[in-house]
Amino acid sequence: MNLTLHVWRQKNAQSEGRFVTYQAKNIIPDMSFLEMLDVVNQELILKGEEPIAFEHDCREGICGSCGMVINGYPHGGHRGTTTCQLHMRHFKDGDVITIEPWRARAFPVLKDLIVDRSAFDRIIQAGGFISANTGVAQDANTVLVPKQNAEAAMDAAACIGCGACVAACPNASAMLFTAAKITHLGLLPQGQPERYTRVVRMVEQMDREGFGGCTNIGECSAACPKEIPLSVIARMNRDLLVAKLKGVN
Amino acid sequence: MTTTDTRPTTVRPATEYLDPKLNSKIPEGPIERKWERHKFEMKLVSPTNRRRYTIIVVGSGLAGASAAATLAEAGYNVKCYTYHDSPRRAHSIAAQGGINAAKNYRNDGDSVFRLFYDTVKGGDFRAREANVYRLAEVSMAIIDQCVAQGVPFAREYSGYLDNRSFGGAQVARTFYARGQTGQQLLLGAYQALSRQIGLGQVKMFSRTEMLDLVVIDGRARGIVTRDMVTGKIESHVADAVVLATGGYSNVFYLSTNAKASNATAIWRAYRRGAFFGNPCFTQIHPTCIPVSGDHQSKLTLMSESLRNDGRVWVPKTPGDKRPPSSIPEDERDYYLERKYPSFGNLAPRDIASRAAKQVCDEGRGVGPGGLGVYLDFSDAIKRLGRKVIEERYGNLFEMYERITGENPYETPMRIYPAVHYTMGGLWVDYNLMSTIPGLFVIGEANFSDHGANRLGASALMQGLADGYFILPYTIADYLASTKFTKVDTTHIAFREAEAEVTDRIKRLLNTKGTRTVDMFHRELGKIMWDYCGMARNEAGLKHALEVIPELRERFWREVKVPGEGNDINQELEKAGRVADFMELAELMCIDALHRNESCGGHFREEHQTEEGEAKRDDENFAYVAAWEFTGLGTKPVLHKEPLYFEYVKPTIRSYK
Repeated sequence: MNLTLHVWRQKNAQSEGRFVTYQAKNIIPDMSFLEMLDVVNQELILKGEEPIAFEHDCREGICGSCGMVINGYPHGGHRGTTTCQLHMRHFKDGDVITIEPWRARAFPVLKDLIVDRSAFDRIIQAGGFISANTGVAQDANTVLVPKQNAEAAMDAAACIGCGACVAACPNASAMLFTAAKITHLGLLPQGQPERYTRVVRMVEQMDREGFGGCTNIGECSAACPKEIPLSVIARMNRDLLVAKLKGVN
Repeated sequence: MTTTDTRPTTVRPATEYLDPKLNSKIPEGPIERKWERHKFEMKLVSPTNRRRYTIIVVGSGLAGASAAATLAEAGYNVKCYTYHDSPRRAHSIAAQGGINAAKNYRNDGDSVFRLFYDTVKGGDFRAREANVYRLAEVSMAIIDQCVAQGVPFAREYSGYLDNRSFGGAQVARTFYARGQTGQQLLLGAYQALSRQIGLGQVKMFSRTEMLDLVVIDGRARGIVTRDMVTGKIESHVADAVVLATGGYSNVFYLSTNAKASNATAIWRAYRRGAFFGNPCFTQIHPTCIPVSGDHQSKLTLMSESLRNDGRVWVPKTPGDKRPPSSIPEDERDYYLERKYPSFGNLAPRDIASRAAKQVCDEGRGVGPGGLGVYLDFSDAIKRLGRKVIEERYGNLFEMYERITGENPYETPMRIYPAVHYTMGGLWVDYNLMSTIPGLFVIGEANFSDHGANRLGASALMQGLADGYFILPYTIADYLASTKFTKVDTTHIAFREAEAEVTDRIKRLLNTKGTRTVDMFHRELGKIMWDYCGMARNEAGLKHALEVIPELRERFWREVKVPGEGNDINQELEKAGRVADFMELAELMCIDALHRNESCGGHFREEHQTEEGEAKRDDENFAYVAAWEFTGLGTKPVLHKEPLYFEYVKPTIRSYK
């Protein structure tokens, strides 16, 4: 099939970007979306033009590197699917596809479809961990974790840090990302001692990075390729409230 | 895998090839006391002195992140580098199955010795016993540490940790977090690392690629990097350098590795004098989704567990193009069940992979290009019902359908083997130090504890063992027993390395040829897959050794790298990595040609039994081949580290 692409091109963080139109020819339905872009890029290189820059790595939906807004939807809008796992059989001959980077103040564009997501790293650095130095641990089975807690913690821990939640949110909020980590660690007995300082530190950092607030729209969870439930945000807000009542600063 | 045959084989006396340049530094004493004793005998750096030392860690996957975090917790200044935007993206994240540990929580007879035994045997007797024993010994502490960090391992209803069984073992010793064990372990290490970054004890350099190693007075003293956003070439000084940069399966172009996984860091170190151990040892995983066309950019692994209930078959007649449902039962060849009646569809990875290749070579492969075999669940669905199969494999079936567009409940899956792990890597001694003093190599990047074949769920174990529990001790011994001269980035060695790196980038950008980097990479991959892949032979390897240098020359003459060097330039990044693969490929073929035996993943067609099984030659090849760089185009020098088997006597593996 043949497709028309409108792709956001931007040389670097300092320059202005614009949409450029490309034709993607002889695309096979078995190709992934990124493989379709590979085809376009190979042609551009042979023509002596710079290829479209986009991030990608594992191409099996787990590393969280890839991500672009496809026809208005982060990762293309198919349930539980990252861009690298989106296949061209979902498109048809003659389709016009608009491709943009994540749009959020806290995620500045570095080039074309590549954005800087280091704000997420800084949120984790602020408190998204359990302080357990190597060597301190006692035998693993001395900590018992109820199965349902372990499962719920795993649901939240499945976050791949791609940033689709921020891109989908009209407020560019990072609540789903932050709350997923708070939920993961807060559900486990090992995470209890730092539970309230963690939520305070991480939320502080989140606000400092320039992410917006949550207005309970739910786009984040709908766009999440790992289907992290919206309820994690409620849990984070509850923990934050308790932390404030406890006077944790 | 389980082995049934235990006929002993002859091993050549190891003293025959002692090499003065290879001192494995294996401690004296009985195997179960070696590590403990060594830990006591090694020198320590006192807590107050640790802040005087700077350690560079390149790579932030399981091995790199765990090492960087642990060294920082101890009080060293750590600088950690990754070419990703975040340390959390490293390819360790894609490991699915689990991590082994000899906890014996199942009370099923597991022990440190059994894990050690299984690993040495699974590696087809090409690993160092002392290292493997230590790996098994520290395996338990890894699980403890990860639980303390909050890794959400699978639990039983009682709240205790759950285990599953895995290939190569008769005990259930694999800990897992759904099908995302690698992700959860990596996030555990990433969070520990993040904590140290937040505390200022680790300086993290993301989007920074190491392009050369700097050796001063015979010691590794720093690296040269490229800032992937600004293109700036920079030097970094340290007292020791740790490479944790993963494997090199992408030399085959198509593999299950992430797209950016590359050999540049270890290859540059090799060129600076670090010996390369067993470069030809690669593992080919039997259950991957087959290539669907020329556009294919990478391969996806399907968990080995599928072979518990799926039956592998191809049509009996070559060229049979009928859809699987129209091929009657008596015209199907369930070749694994036929050839290996006692193991059937659960034959070990290397055997199952080769058998698939064989039937495809006979023209009986299925799907586009005839490179695939069926993995059929219809009998299992009839026997157990769809619901049971859905519970067991639902997520895998969904993943398969997403990629192929076919429903495996209705039509058999198509699978084909793919490269996914390299047992070879930089040679290291018992202290994980390479032949360059001060250069340590951990995780998949070193030649590793897996011999000629790695068992499932052991890669995660090794990466974390190296990073959390081994390197932090051995690097202290090196620091405490070395007198350092003060150097900074103005040193001539740094200036020269920077100039070389800059020149190479300029050359790549200025060639302005007619073919893209990917075109060359695909071509190289095809050569490697055809001649140095699942089956190798003398004629093929010799042919590869002729065409690879030609391809390399063409690459430097005809490659087209658009753009400039001073901003994000993904083609330039790729070009440098592929240029190094072009050199590494040659070394892999030299090693494969020299190893005139079959062992583990290395199958030389000349050395097989009448039934087509691998035939090891312990008399002549029970050693680690460590190659020394002597210049591009000149033959590297082979050094041999003898392998002693005092505790696990080499036997012939059989799966009939």
